[in-house]
Amino acid sequence: MLRSCALLTGLAAALALPAAAQETPKRGGTLQFAISGEPPNYDCHANSSFAAIHWLAPHYSTLLKFDTANYPKILPGVAQSYEVSPDQLTYTFKLRPNVKFHDGSAMTSTDIKATYERLRNPPQGVVSLRQASFEDIAAIETPDPLTVVFKLSKPDASMLANFASPWNCIYSAAKLQQDPNFPKTNILGTGAFKFVEHVKGSHWIGQRFEDYYEQGKPYLDGFRAVLLSGAPMINAMNGGQIMAEFRGFSPAERDRLVQSLGEKVQVQESGWVCKLDILFNTAKKPFDDARVRRALSMAIDRWGGAKNLQRIAFVKEVGGILRPGYEFAASKDELAQYPGFSENIQAAREHAKKLLAEAGVQNLKLTLTNRTVAMPYTPTGLFVIDQWRQIGVQAEHSQLETAPYQASLQSGNYEAALNFACDFMDEPNLQLINYISKDQSSLNYGNYIDRKLDELYEKQKRATSKDERKRLIREFEQHLFKESYTAPVIWWHRYIVHDRRLKGWHITPSHYLGQDLVDVWIAQ
Amino acid sequence: MAATTTGSTLPSRERSALLRFVVEQPLGAAAFVVILVMALAAAFADWIVPYDPEAIDFSAMLAAPSPAHPFGTDAFGRDILTRIIYGARTALSIGLLSSLLGCAAGAVIGVASAYFGGRTDLVVQRFVDILLSFPIIVLALVVVAMLGRRLVLGIDVNLIVAIAIPIVPKVARVIRSAALSIREMPYIDAARAAGYSHARIIFRHMCPNVVAPFLIMLTAFIAQAILLEASLSFLGLGVSEPKPAWGLMLAGNASDFYREAPWMVIFPGLAISLAVFAFNLLGDSLRDWLDPKFRT
Repeated sequence: MLRSCALLTGLAAALALPAAAQETPKRGGTLQFAISGEPPNYDCHANSSFAAIHWLAPHYSTLLKFDTANYPKILPGVAQSYEVSPDQLTYTFKLRPNVKFHDGSAMTSTDIKATYERLRNPPQGVVSLRQASFEDIAAIETPDPLTVVFKLSKPDASMLANFASPWNCIYSAAKLQQDPNFPKTNILGTGAFKFVEHVKGSHWIGQRFEDYYEQGKPYLDGFRAVLLSGAPMINAMNGGQIMAEFRGFSPAERDRLVQSLGEKVQVQESGWVCKLDILFNTAKKPFDDARVRRALSMAIDRWGGAKNLQRIAFVKEVGGILRPGYEFAASKDELAQYPGFSENIQAAREHAKKLLAEAGVQNLKLTLTNRTVAMPYTPTGLFVIDQWRQIGVQAEHSQLETAPYQASLQSGNYEAALNFACDFMDEPNLQLINYISKDQSSLNYGNYIDRKLDELYEKQKRATSKDERKRLIREFEQHLFKESYTAPVIWWHRYIVHDRRLKGWHITPSHYLGQDLVDVWIAQ
Repeated sequence: MAATTTGSTLPSRERSALLRFVVEQPLGAAAFVVILVMALAAAFADWIVPYDPEAIDFSAMLAAPSPAHPFGTDAFGRDILTRIIYGARTALSIGLLSSLLGCAAGAVIGVASAYFGGRTDLVVQRFVDILLSFPIIVLALVVVAMLGRRLVLGIDVNLIVAIAIPIVPKVARVIRSAALSIREMPYIDAARAAGYSHARIIFRHMCPNVVAPFLIMLTAFIAQAILLEASLSFLGLGVSEPKPAWGLMLAGNASDFYREAPWMVIFPGLAISLAVFAFNLLGDSLRDWLDPKFRT
């Protein structure tokens, strides 16, 4: 009891945010922090994991960026201002005149054009995971070195947010002309920190860029990121060797640090645009039958699971395909209408058993493919397997390393799998694209074609009123869950514990945002 | 009806050998009893445990040891005693099968290497040297990472192979030295003169004569294999959750909650220690008992 009280007092102290706004940032110091994964290459456009962006973001700039203290407000990046035409078909950006690459060359509209041409239409041998996000760009014009104009073929509600995506690192046109894959193995950006070294399996060093375009920033002299995870990372925090880790801590890790470091650490928490979905491979029997998929989704007690799993894993909220709390997300009442979201789990499981019987499936045995990443994949996988046992379904848990796991999903060599769905912001276009037909989205690993979903996706993308968009999203969600191509489990919840001396870093619902370290400083 | 010996009575020669072992090696006998208890518990786990080892019970999360849960529960409310008993099944099956496979392969390679001698022996032994230069855990890690997982009847066959491979060179080296003297025995010359095939001489005439060192190594390597399986499972490369395995019980949430619920690590740790200790003790006792050099 005493221990619990001490922990609660510690947590309360750690959560009590200091009046950071009143403090004046101080120059100097090197930030040491941990990152728990290594990037497969250095190309922002070709990556989608925190294990890439956390290393790369301090070296690069983007046209616009998110104001992490006031998420989802958008701030200028290398663009000092922008204009959107009334028909939402023309975006005009005025660039800052003093932006330089780390090699001293000036950044101009030519570099922006080259970067976005690479993103929307990558040359042979170049990977752009953001191609679909920019498919509506018809032309990019550069009337002068400090102006860039994007002409769209159709209005796109998410376009401005896409320009603020941390993944759209601006590259040098000259370097891309020499070698379109230059960014894959080299780091040359206009960000706040110059790249110094990367020792694989060990660390990464960045040094303050003296010619950074924002006067007086960054505040840090440099940073040193070390590759650490799990218990060694917690021990390094305890020992003061690192000041933070920016992906997320489990509740138990958070409590351990608060208990041992007390007021020396600060805890920030937020909802998270991340969840685990159960994917069913519709190309394999019996998962080609919607009744089987629906039964497997209905067997899961999401409400009970959320209540209990949040004690041991960084999951918390029950939701549909959009993050609970986000303006377009389904309310609790709306969720209750979907199969698999009933609070009366006994009735739902009886219904699930009937569906399996109707489908002629008895004593179903399947393999649930999962990652070996402990948090939150393992607890969620165990929970799902246990829930399926309640309706007589036996699942073998196959945990694979990231590369074979991804290969299994991409090649369709799985029956059911837990797949992460994380984005840099709440935006229906980003989240819904995971669920449209296989021939429309490379992110669909369920191997299904559903033209109704494709049509609803397009309609909501073009919707000009929020109410209309919301209605279409509900219709999309209703149809998706009726067919149960995928079944969301529980949404993640983000806890960040950092040294209280670390200032200027604000938690957001995405672990991809806010890692440029421009505003971060250390109170000595 | 012909008279038969019932299963509960041993022929007097075997009974006296067993008694002699108990009298001469009391520690070994005690270790044997511990192993026997573990084996019986593993074999009859379905009948003796009150809980399902994989069933999640959130209402009993992190419960301290009590009459209902003598060893407490883990972060998913699963009974730790139940999981330890089922974990014995995993440890003993993987330990025994991988040790048997590694020792059998090592014995055949060692005997064949000694029998053929010359260039064959030279090449085989240099290859053995290379394998011996790798620490056993590193070699197993490499093999398991390369092979991945392949479940047959709920047992990861690749894990067994990964644990068996590092055992092979060690056994091959020891058995070869024992077989070198056997090779020079007159009955081997006689077998050669009779025109028997190499395979027949190796399997019928040499292998049976290295059974004593083979048995000693087998018991010793079961302990190592159990430890290796626990290590690999702890590192996430062995058995997958929710299957009960001792090493796995020490990983995952156990590292998060070992302060609040120390029973989550104490009891699986004790189970590993006890099993390894028992097999090592039995192996030492067998060596002392079977090897004339160790007899006083």
